[in-house]
Amino acid sequence: MHGNGYNGTVRIGFYICHCGHNIASIVDVKAVAEYIKSLSGVVVSSEYKYMCSDPGQELIQKDIKEHSLNRIIVASCSPLLHEHTFRTAVEKGGLNPYYFQMVNIRENVSWVHTDMKAATEKAKDLARAAVQRVFHHKSLETKHVKIHPDVLIVGGGIAGIHAALTLANAGKKVYLVERDPTIGGHMAMFDKTFPTLDCAACILTPKMSQVKNHPNITLWTYSEVAKVDGYVGNYKISVRRKPRYIIEGLCVGCMDCIEKCVYKEGKTPDEFNLGLSKRKPIYIPFPQATPQIVVIDPETCIEFKSGRCKKTCVEACDRKAIDFQQKEEIKEIEVGTIILTTGYQPFDASRVPFYGYGKYPNVYTSLEVERLVNASGPTGGELILRDGRHPKTVGIIHCVGSRDKNTNRWCSRTCCMYSLKLAHLLKEHTDAEVYNFYIDIRAAGKSYEEFYDKLLDENVHFIRGRVAEVSDWAVRPSEEGKLIIRAEDTLIGIVRRVPVDMVVLAVGMEPQADSQDVRRMFNISCSTEGFFLERHPKLAPVDTFTDGIFIAGCCQGPKDIPDSVAQAGAAAAQALILIDSGEIELEPNTAYVVQEECSGCRTCLTICPFTAISRDEAKQKAFINEALCKGCGTCVAACPSGAIKQNLFEDEMIFSEIDGLLKMESPACC
Amino acid sequence: MKYLYYPGCSLRSTGRAYEESLLSVLKVLDIPFEELNDWNCCGATSYVSIDETDAFALAARNLALAELQSPDGTINLIAPCSACFLVLLKTERYLESYPDVREKINSTLDKAGLHYHGRVNVRHPLDVFVNDYGLENITKRVKYPLKGLKVASYYGCQMVRPFKTFDHSHYPETMDRLVNALGAEPVDWPLKTRCCGGSLTGTIQEAGLRLNRLLLKEAEKRGADIMLTCCPLCQHNLECYQERINRKFDEKIDMPIAFFTQLMGVALGLSEKELGMQRLFKMPSLNQITHPKGEMVNAW
Repeated sequence: MHGNGYNGTVRIGFYICHCGHNIASIVDVKAVAEYIKSLSGVVVSSEYKYMCSDPGQELIQKDIKEHSLNRIIVASCSPLLHEHTFRTAVEKGGLNPYYFQMVNIRENVSWVHTDMKAATEKAKDLARAAVQRVFHHKSLETKHVKIHPDVLIVGGGIAGIHAALTLANAGKKVYLVERDPTIGGHMAMFDKTFPTLDCAACILTPKMSQVKNHPNITLWTYSEVAKVDGYVGNYKISVRRKPRYIIEGLCVGCMDCIEKCVYKEGKTPDEFNLGLSKRKPIYIPFPQATPQIVVIDPETCIEFKSGRCKKTCVEACDRKAIDFQQKEEIKEIEVGTIILTTGYQPFDASRVPFYGYGKYPNVYTSLEVERLVNASGPTGGELILRDGRHPKTVGIIHCVGSRDKNTNRWCSRTCCMYSLKLAHLLKEHTDAEVYNFYIDIRAAGKSYEEFYDKLLDENVHFIRGRVAEVSDWAVRPSEEGKLIIRAEDTLIGIVRRVPVDMVVLAVGMEPQADSQDVRRMFNISCSTEGFFLERHPKLAPVDTFTDGIFIAGCCQGPKDIPDSVAQAGAAAAQALILIDSGEIELEPNTAYVVQEECSGCRTCLTICPFTAISRDEAKQKAFINEALCKGCGTCVAACPSGAIKQNLFEDEMIFSEIDGLLKMESPACC
Repeated sequence: MKYLYYPGCSLRSTGRAYEESLLSVLKVLDIPFEELNDWNCCGATSYVSIDETDAFALAARNLALAELQSPDGTINLIAPCSACFLVLLKTERYLESYPDVREKINSTLDKAGLHYHGRVNVRHPLDVFVNDYGLENITKRVKYPLKGLKVASYYGCQMVRPFKTFDHSHYPETMDRLVNALGAEPVDWPLKTRCCGGSLTGTIQEAGLRLNRLLLKEAEKRGADIMLTCCPLCQHNLECYQERINRKFDEKIDMPIAFFTQLMGVALGLSEKELGMQRLFKMPSLNQITHPKGEMVNAW
């Protein structure tokens, strides 16, 4: 009979795991083992405290030999955790590993139920389904695929930069794709970094220039990934290179064109300075932008809007690098692994209207203040407020868009520390009185608590309490013309009104606005708040559920620079493991065509997402290339004649499993 | 769509001007409505703080009656008083979210031959005018644009908190947009949802007066000619204690406090009587409101 590759009698060994108390406290494991023993085909049925332990695995191997078992079922945790463990144990016992079946009675039963009786019944049902299924299991060969050695990194912030340099220094070829005209990300916008107070640009820009000059790195800025095809080891990527209307090979970044632009002054809010200064339609984001290449913004350039500009920029360029005709370009590349370092977006402070951002000019976000105190910022580092004043008192409000169930519930992890840093910088620049309004100071990091101590010594004020509102509601003469911060001081139990000249909102970190689109494109998952989901929160923090795709930095969750860099290094190392091992084992879950049943209708050819199916014109039949098939099952479901089957998911297996769940005797197993 | 109207007790006592103006405006805008038959007290904030379940049963009777009166579809039940609005809304939400509460309340209602199925949407009239009828349509019906009139909209707390329905919980703007649509000038101020003292004016009067003084002073300071409210208790507190506040704190506050429906009515060309204007203690000064042709409108 087709589908049952084993000749002779089916002899099943069933093992149920206590998983300590995890399973055994909710599921009566003895009762389940007892029940399964009564089913036809079951030779051994036993329970054990930890099936994944060495003695647990040895038990299976011993039983295979002693009882001539030829099917093994383990009812325990998720296959994600231990399927590989048990398959290996079965193989060591002398059996093909695909005669093994796993039943998840922890995540699907004991962890989600409280009623022991019902949980035990459910465990029995699931185990019985597996017993009926394994009758149809057969011996399969493991697939191997080669890993293309090149790597794609998406996002050129500090995480992407670090991962790219790590891999490039290890001799691997890297494509670094960045959406903005320059790499550097948010770190390039910061002034100093906590707790050491070294200047962000001083430590970042050398790495940016290494990226630009590294022979193993292809840097594509102003570019976005448009399409992702393929699978681990063999990804085909299309990258859309947006036109910057400058020929990259010719521009040397002399900026003569910018100076000669018909606009004498900038008119467009400057993205890099968060709108605190203006830029021209032809610009370079900031002095150390990498690559040092100009970009033209067609939204504001007169030539693009009217076609009637004098084009003084073209005249000014000796190297003839300006090209108004430049078109978008699509680059096709092949890579084996992908690292996503797409970063975060700062919380939009206007979503909390009672803090007055966008209403009172002297309310700033923390990122704006980074630019304000920066020597290359809009004011050259002088702290001048939007109304032209120099602040004498400043209030910093922590947890704006963090730890708040009305906006974002999570702690953004960096805000306490950067608020301390900004308090220090503001004092240094202005000698103002600085008030921090905090819920808790979270200074958990190397030398972070010491930095907090230092700030206390610098006479920065700390008021513990979430701020209720920022307003211009003055009730005393001393409050006139000021912004009044109202907050409960929870340490002494009073409501304070603190009049200040400047308010800094320590905004939290959010997933990028298009994180869901990116997630779908790369076929990975997001956690509930929208950050990319790691394969395991503790033990696989940079892996995803898609093989060959890794994540690092703030796209995975809020984190500071040291953690982003550590993750980037880890992701690079994970990619290196795949590249240097050269090939990877894949599940033999490929589809195959039962030739005599195929009518040659071509339905499957068009729908295969991996172009694994071709048509043998001589025989007029479909043919599946096993090396290309990823086992998605689309063709199996679509075939009108039912001629396509899939290993590990044969109809007989699935139907027997369903029969088992419904307590129906499956005809195939009798 | 026909609305059901739940007056509540305040609109038949201290807030009669609110009911008179609301009904007149609904009529002039051709918004169909009928009063809920045999309605009872919503229980207000007092009953909920004594026994929540009993209070829910009392309020839920009104919801069940609404279903009896409108046999099909979703019912929009207008509750103009902020306390009624909140209590009915809270009951509606609790019965929807907690099956055990729903079961308990329904078993009580069953004894009176009633049952609540979950078809009622509790609505504030401000929401109905602005979001159902629409600001553009209101502007089209304005006969006397309230040009030059500076209006501080005061929302109070219960309409926006704890449930966020049609506006922001801390910085609502619906009434300001309405004021704008009537041709008047909204005064932006940070105290629009700050407490009016509620029943404190009758219990711990010192605290109540202090809270009202803050609101009145700030509205005055921002140049408001008039304060608008959408709650009978807020209106009562802000209007009736001004003399006492002036005596106690040595102030000279003289601020007219009207229901937003009254101001709508003025702009729509309704008469003083139709809007219950004679019931106000403080009349807004007439010269603020001018006819499009330049003549004074003798609305107040």
